[in-house]
Amino acid sequence: MKRPNRTRSTARRVAGAGLLAAMLALPGLASAQEKDSFRIAWSIYVGWMPWSYGDSAGIVDKWADRYDIEIDVVQINDYIESINLYTAGEFDGVTITNMDALAIPAASGVDTTLPIIGDFSNGNDGVVLKDTDELTDIEGQRVNLVELSVSHYLLARALESVGMSERDVTVVNTSDADIVGTFSTPDVTAAVTWNPQLSELRAMPEANVVFDSSDIPGEIIDTLALNTEVLEANPELGKALTGAWYEIMARMSGDDETGVDARTRMAEAAGTDLAGYEAQLASTQMFYDAADAVEFVTSDQPEATMDNVRQFAYDRGLLGATATSPDFVGIEFTDGSVLGSEDNVKLRFTSEYMEMAAEDTL
Amino acid sequence: MKRLINQRPGRAMGGLLMLLPFVLVVVAYMAASMARLADNPDDKLLPSLMTMADSFARLATEPSRRTGEILLWADTAASLKRLLAGVAISMVAAIIIGTTTGLIPYLRRTLSPFIAALAMIPPLTILPILFIAFGVGELSKIMLIVFGILPFMMRDIQQRVEEIPDEQLVKAQTLGGSTWQILLRVTIPQTLPRLFDATRLALGAAWLFLIASEAIAAEQGLGYRIFLVRRYLDMQTIIPYVAWITLLAFSLDWSLRRLTAWLFPWYVAGRSA
Repeated sequence: MKRPNRTRSTARRVAGAGLLAAMLALPGLASAQEKDSFRIAWSIYVGWMPWSYGDSAGIVDKWADRYDIEIDVVQINDYIESINLYTAGEFDGVTITNMDALAIPAASGVDTTLPIIGDFSNGNDGVVLKDTDELTDIEGQRVNLVELSVSHYLLARALESVGMSERDVTVVNTSDADIVGTFSTPDVTAAVTWNPQLSELRAMPEANVVFDSSDIPGEIIDTLALNTEVLEANPELGKALTGAWYEIMARMSGDDETGVDARTRMAEAAGTDLAGYEAQLASTQMFYDAADAVEFVTSDQPEATMDNVRQFAYDRGLLGATATSPDFVGIEFTDGSVLGSEDNVKLRFTSEYMEMAAEDTL
Repeated sequence: MKRLINQRPGRAMGGLLMLLPFVLVVVAYMAASMARLADNPDDKLLPSLMTMADSFARLATEPSRRTGEILLWADTAASLKRLLAGVAISMVAAIIIGTTTGLIPYLRRTLSPFIAALAMIPPLTILPILFIAFGVGELSKIMLIVFGILPFMMRDIQQRVEEIPDEQLVKAQTLGGSTWQILLRVTIPQTLPRLFDATRLALGAAWLFLIASEAIAAEQGLGYRIFLVRRYLDMQTIIPYVAWITLLAFSLDWSLRRLTAWLFPWYVAGRSA
């Protein structure tokens, strides 16, 4: 008599616990409500190291205090993981490239705004071949790169520039952590990667950079992305971050002691030295001045670039199985025009906050 | 009053209890998935069961837009080839090295500590060396599996050989058996079923190394696909792939168990006694 009863109640208790666990597991579905504490994820990359410095030098906190909010700047070791955490709603913002912003959060339905255009890659990403300095020799080779990343996009653009397509090469997916190791083996002859790995490859005696992002300037853009709903409900978050960013920019761009100290600290946090970091900065078009960033983002360039990018993303299925054309996700630009679906705008360029920084009204 | 340790579920109850954790996981998943989808219908993190079923059907039947291959089968074939090659090499090497080091003191003295030391190296840490030695193609993937599972399979076989009672070896010698004959007729037949046991235990690790190797450099494979689509959070591909890998791993383990029972009925009978 007692036995089945007890088992059933145990079962019920277990079921209850399971459901409770499921409820708790629902991660912080980014809420649109007003709140006063925010989390921003960043990962190591030359153009994002300022966030590391801004965090450790207290600049982010200073600006957060000015707007009476709290901002937690969190380093994530893996770039893609940081984007996935943002997309899942664990963070309110993330450092990201324009292409990944479209392919990951925007394509997943997370409305994302890009309030700060930090820089664009101007040689930080490159196609490297062994024993030749002609890009056309890439034909028929196995090319090692992180598939579906900006490297893949750069390769597509490089091939386009010499009238080839991806069918003329074989793409081998290789993790960014292993690209230097694999390139030093004899059977790997072609690779596409970004800094700091690119400078390692460049240093190898038989290697030649045959195409790099300075051949397509302004197409690989590094930005800070914020969840649009969070930003709209809490514009002070955008103001605090933008204010902090341009204070960091002012400090790091100087040749005085403060500037050198800032760059040295960024270099250390990135695992290199001042010379190494400055070499990477040299191939990065940083927008130290907010007015330059405003000029860039309000020009025709972002729209032309995003049209390329969305075509690339659609051709490789990055917009999801339900996307029937590159128009599936709408991209809004600073003049209010929309590329793609007006009903499904998920990625937004804005100059609002950078303009405030340029006019010194933050 | 029956003590808890003496209470056994009946047949029906046993079946229900067996299903319970699975059902709980599915229910918990569905609850979480529905909550996320209600919030954002385009959410990719926890796709609905229907979406995953559709996605799996598409992967298993429709040729890919890019390569024209049917992804699931192409990936499965690529991965199984690597896995089976790695496991087969390890089995052959383990039985050869394990039985000889177990039987011959001079060999054991020479190789055993070396193998023990080798087994302590986490294979993933010396990947760049494996790249240089075996390239970044298929061979390095197979070798990573071999490096991962062979050392402990060898040590296991060696220990099994050492467990063979001395009386048997003495008896074989009094019957005039040479070292070679004893190896062939006494040691290997007795350790072969142990090899299958060791392989079953090694399979989990073999899968782990396979997936790890496919994450590093690959054009095809189950692990490759998962790492590739992870870039854009395509859980409707990842979750069915994980389920598929689990099913494959389970089937392999089951087949090895059946094979052992079929090849060595005496061994299985002896074990359950």
